[in-house]
Order: sequence, then structure tokens, then C-alpha cells
Amino acid sequence: MPEFTLWDIVYNLLLAARWTVLLSLVAFVMGGFVALVLLLVRTAGNPWAMRLVRGYVELFQGTPLLMQLFILFFGLPLIGIDVSPWIAAMLGLTLFTSAFLTEIWRGCVESVNKGQWEASATLGMNFTQQMRYIILPQALRIAVAPTVGFSVQVVKGTAVTSIIGFVELTKAGTMITNATYAPFTVYGCVAVLYFVICYPLSLYARRLEGKLHNVSR
Amino acid sequence: MSLVELHAIHKSFGAVQVLKGIDLKIDEGQVIALIGRSGSGKSTLLRTINGLETIDDGTIMVAGKKVGDHDTDLLDLRLNVGMVFQQFNLFPHYTALENVMLSPQVVKKQSKAEARAIAEEMLTKVGLADKMTHYPDQLSGGQQQRVAIARALAMKPRVLLCDEVTSALDPELVNEVLAVVRQLAEEGMTLVMVTHEMRFAREVCDTLVFMHHGRIHEKGAPEAVFANPKTPELANFVGGLAG
Amino acid sequence: MAYQFDFGSILPHWKLLLDGVVLTTELAAVGAVAGVGLGILGAWARSSRIPVISQIVAVYVELIRNTPFLVQLFFIFFGLPALGVKLSEFQAAALAMVINLGAYSTEIVRAGIQAIPQGQIEAAQSLAMNRVQIFRYIVIRPALKKIWPALSSQVVIVMLGSSVCSQIAAEELTFAANYIQGMNFRAFEVYFVTTGMYLVMSIVLRQILKIFGNFLFERRHHA
Repeated sequence: MPEFTLWDIVYNLLLAARWTVLLSLVAFVMGGFVALVLLLVRTAGNPWAMRLVRGYVELFQGTPLLMQLFILFFGLPLIGIDVSPWIAAMLGLTLFTSAFLTEIWRGCVESVNKGQWEASATLGMNFTQQMRYIILPQALRIAVAPTVGFSVQVVKGTAVTSIIGFVELTKAGTMITNATYAPFTVYGCVAVLYFVICYPLSLYARRLEGKLHNVSR
Repeated sequence: MSLVELHAIHKSFGAVQVLKGIDLKIDEGQVIALIGRSGSGKSTLLRTINGLETIDDGTIMVAGKKVGDHDTDLLDLRLNVGMVFQQFNLFPHYTALENVMLSPQVVKKQSKAEARAIAEEMLTKVGLADKMTHYPDQLSGGQQQRVAIARALAMKPRVLLCDEVTSALDPELVNEVLAVVRQLAEEGMTLVMVTHEMRFAREVCDTLVFMHHGRIHEKGAPEAVFANPKTPELANFVGGLAG
Repeated sequence: MAYQFDFGSILPHWKLLLDGVVLTTELAAVGAVAGVGLGILGAWARSSRIPVISQIVAVYVELIRNTPFLVQLFFIFFGLPALGVKLSEFQAAALAMVINLGAYSTEIVRAGIQAIPQGQIEAAQSLAMNRVQIFRYIVIRPALKKIWPALSSQVVIVMLGSSVCSQIAAEELTFAANYIQGMNFRAFEVYFVTTGMYLVMSIVLRQILKIFGNFLFERRHHA
């Protein structure tokens, strides 16, 4: 049996970490897109659409990510769509991300002063124009910090996809542990790698938040 | 020996020197008003007497004991020195009665019955016997400030510091608070107040201390200070009030 | 041929699911009580005047908040035995949840403490209260009241997160679901029902926390 050096472990984990990063990016971008659509639907004011979006958000916030992944992974084949762990992971995290971002961004839109809606309405703007020129630019400024902050949750969420067999950082950790019998070292390294990905995002989010507070003061 | 003795107190905030060597003695039963423009250091001085601001240099003696910068020294100091704030600072999660009872119970370890008896006495004294179970946000500003006074008195301090106690109040509520302070002065309570109510200071205090640029500029009986200011700064300050 | 759903095949296993719910509830309860307690301690230590203590807490908080719960769990369950710390599945799961929630609630409680006006603390100081008394009587209750909704959300997140504890064979709800689908091969039905159970649990937990918060922070009128 080959001897694993610390560098072997780290090197293999780094290879797997690429998938963690890729999955995070895809889920974040696609989830953000879905969230934007849901947000517009919700803000546009049709009461049924609003309720539907709220239900969507509560469903994803009220159930474990792991269950969401299981349902996709085992459910989609039943309606004739065979999914690989990668597709299930991507879809699952996208939906998960979209629900949380919808909620975060809704808060940002709502924190824009009501008077801004009224003022722009008196200028004869319709909903799309109000959103495009008045509300979103202001909400965006508020939204950047919590959005960056949430990206950390997405990265950490990718770890759960290891359970449906997607080989990313955590799964690689488990596989290497099984080969090396050195769980302390391996999971320690796994944790460090996640930290290296997440901590800069956390720091950046905090900096943005600080900046925003200073500006509004 | 005086009750409170300040000697050569220096205090800076960053590069700004706020107190530039203050000497002041406060005798038992004395009623002192600190007056001066905003920024003259009078509030800071008041806060140093209660250890809310640390001093850079100088000594503070209270009841013959030098106040060091140990926590226990500060606690000792504060048992002798009570304080009432501009913004009342009542504890929002306690009723008026609980606000007054809290410190006697937890600091002085008095029994609940004892603390309650004192609290009821003090609240009655400030005219709030009927508001004991009210929470701060159910009281007017004037009532809140009177609870704050009762709260400070319940600790039986030997001197009470009043930091612009009427500045945050609507004009029609000022008098009910001043009446309480006046009553305390008449009962012989040692008082040090920062105030902008000049007429009140003149009537109630036996000593006015005029502060200017971090120093005590003039000091004396109210009549003398107002009638014969010795320095142009004080004359200016007094004149500005009249105008 | 279209798939025939068979939710009835779960019924015989209801006892397993119920056991899972009980264990998940136990984990959540231990995690919530000890985790929030740890968070209050952490927030207190974070404001310590001794820099080392404050820094240690800061490192703990950042380490936990920037790594996945699943990895923390694996580290505790598989990694710690290397240091001679051998824990049962339940102990490891509970410990991981406490440590995880502890870090988040440290930050949340700290934000609540920082929102307490300075005047409150000065008033308490002027009444000769010491630091412990000020924290206990003046600061903590209004601070908790302010951040109770955020804290409640975090407790729900941690309860839902406990579903990955199935991976170390802690016999909570997801473990039960995995077990049942291994017997009846009805994965979708089992996970669908289990998801519904989690949804109900999170709604109930949220309500309990709300009621508990109202009880904790309500105004009591003494005669």
C-alpha cells in the first residue's frame, strides 16, 4: 500500500476543491438568476404569485438541503430524467440558493423608502421603469453585503452534495480517509481548505457592510 | 475635610485637552452648579467625579479616600456618588419600582422587602407613588427623569450629580423635575449639577462654577457671579444669556 | 411504463420514523439549549478586557462559521479519536451541533449586546453595579429580546442541518429514512414524506421559540 504524504493528501484535496468552487459558482449564478425572477414576480403584486413565491421560499428554508437533494436525485429518474450526482447537486443547490437570495433581496427592496415608489409613480413610471431606474439601483447597494455573506453558505452547502455521491472536497476527504486511515489530518485539511475559500468572502462581506453603514451615516 | 476633593484633574480625548487642571472642593450640603458654554468641559468634569471618565492626571478624593483606577475603587466611589443623566437611562425591561429596587438589592444585598420599602419611599418623594408598576415607555419624560432621581436616591448617596437633567425634556415638563431637585437642595442633599437653567441655578445653588476652555474660570455665590463677573469671558457668557 | 407511487409502503415503518423524529428533537433540544448558552458565554468572553480571551473566541467563531457543518461533524466523530476522544454517534452529533450553534449565536448575541445604548451601561455603573451584575441584570435580557428572531432562525437552521448526522449513523430522522428506503426501495416516497416531516418540525419549532420568547420577554406586572 502506498504511503501518503501530507502533500499527497493536500494535492488530492485541492483537485477536488475545484469541483467545490465550480459547483458554488454555478449554483450561485443560476440561483441568483432564479431569485431575481422570483423577486420580480413577488414584488409585482399579484397576490397569488406572491403567495406562491412565499411558499417556495418557506419550503426551501423549512426543509434540510440534504432532503432537497435526495428528492431530486431519486425523484427525477421516476419521471424519466436520469440525473448524475453532478446534475442533482447543481439543481438542488440552485433551488436552495434561489430561495434564500429571494428572501434576502426582498428585504433589501422593502428597505427602500416607500416614498421612492410613490415619487416615481407620480412621475408616470410603470412598474418595470420604477424597478429598473429607481428601486433596484438603491436596493442593489444594500444587497451586496448580505449577498456576498450568503455566498459562504452556498460554498458550505456544497459539502452536503457529497452525500449523494458528488465528488467534491468533502467526498474526496472521506475517500482519502478510507485510504489513509488518517481522519484527523485529512478532515483537518478539508476544514482548512473550506476556510481558505470562505473566510475571504466573509471578510469581504463584513467590509462591505461596514462601508455601507459609514455611507448612510 | 470636604466630601469630594478634585485636585489637578487633567483629561484629553485624543489630541483635544478637555480638562486642563481642575481643582474643586465640594462640601457636605453644598449645592453647586457648573455653568459654561457647551464644550467647556463641564459635563466631562461631572462624569469624572463618578468615574465614568478616567482621568489622565490628578487625584479624586471622596469621603477622604483616594479613588484609584481599580474596579473596586470605582464601586466604592459610586456607592457615595449618585448620578442622574440627561437621557434618563431608565432600564426599559423593568418597571419604575424595579428600576429603583434593583441596585439596592443586587449591589447592597438588601432584602426584597427592604429594597421595596426604600423604593416606594423614594418614588413617593418624587411624586410617582401612583406610577410604580409602569414601564419607562409608559411614562412621560418628566416622570422618567423623576424615576431616575428616585433610583439614584435609593442608593443613599452622599452626593448627587445631575447632568443636564432637564435638557432632553419638553418645556412643559421641565418644572416638575426642577421642583424635585429644589426639594432635595432644601433638604440638605449635596448636589453638583450641570445646567442651562440659569434662573434655577441662581435660586437654588449656593455656588456657581463657571468653566471655560477646560478650566474653572470663576467661582462664587450666584449673586456675585451674575452681578459682578470678574472676567470678560463670564461677562460675555452672562450677557449672552440675557440677550 | 409510468412509475406507480406507493406511499403506503412507508406505513409499516412508521415506528422507525417516529424514533427518528424523537432523536432529531433531542439533538435539536440539546443543541439549542447548550448552543445558545455557549453563545451567551462566547459573547460575554468576546467583550472581555483580556485580549487573549477575546481573540480565542473570535478564532473559534470564524473557524466554525467558515467551514461546513458536515466537515465539523466528521472531524469530531472520525478525527477526534486520534486524540483519544471517542464519542458515541449521538454524543458526536450533539457536540457538533452545540459547537456550531455556539459560534453563530456568539455573533448574534454580540450584535444584540452592541445595540444596547451606552447610557444603559453608564446608568448601571453609576449605581455601583459591577461588570457581572451589569451583564446579568441590564444587558442580557434586552439584548436577547432584540436578537431573538435571528437566534430562532439559526436554531431552526441547525435543527434542519442535523439531517447530515445520518452520515455518522446517528439514528435521527434522515437515518431512519435511509434505513426504510433500503428495505422497501421506495426512495422518493420515503424522502418526500420525511421532507414533509422536517417542514412540520421546523414550523413547530419556530412557533415554540416564538412562544418561549414571548414568555421570556413579556412584561410581568407585579402587584
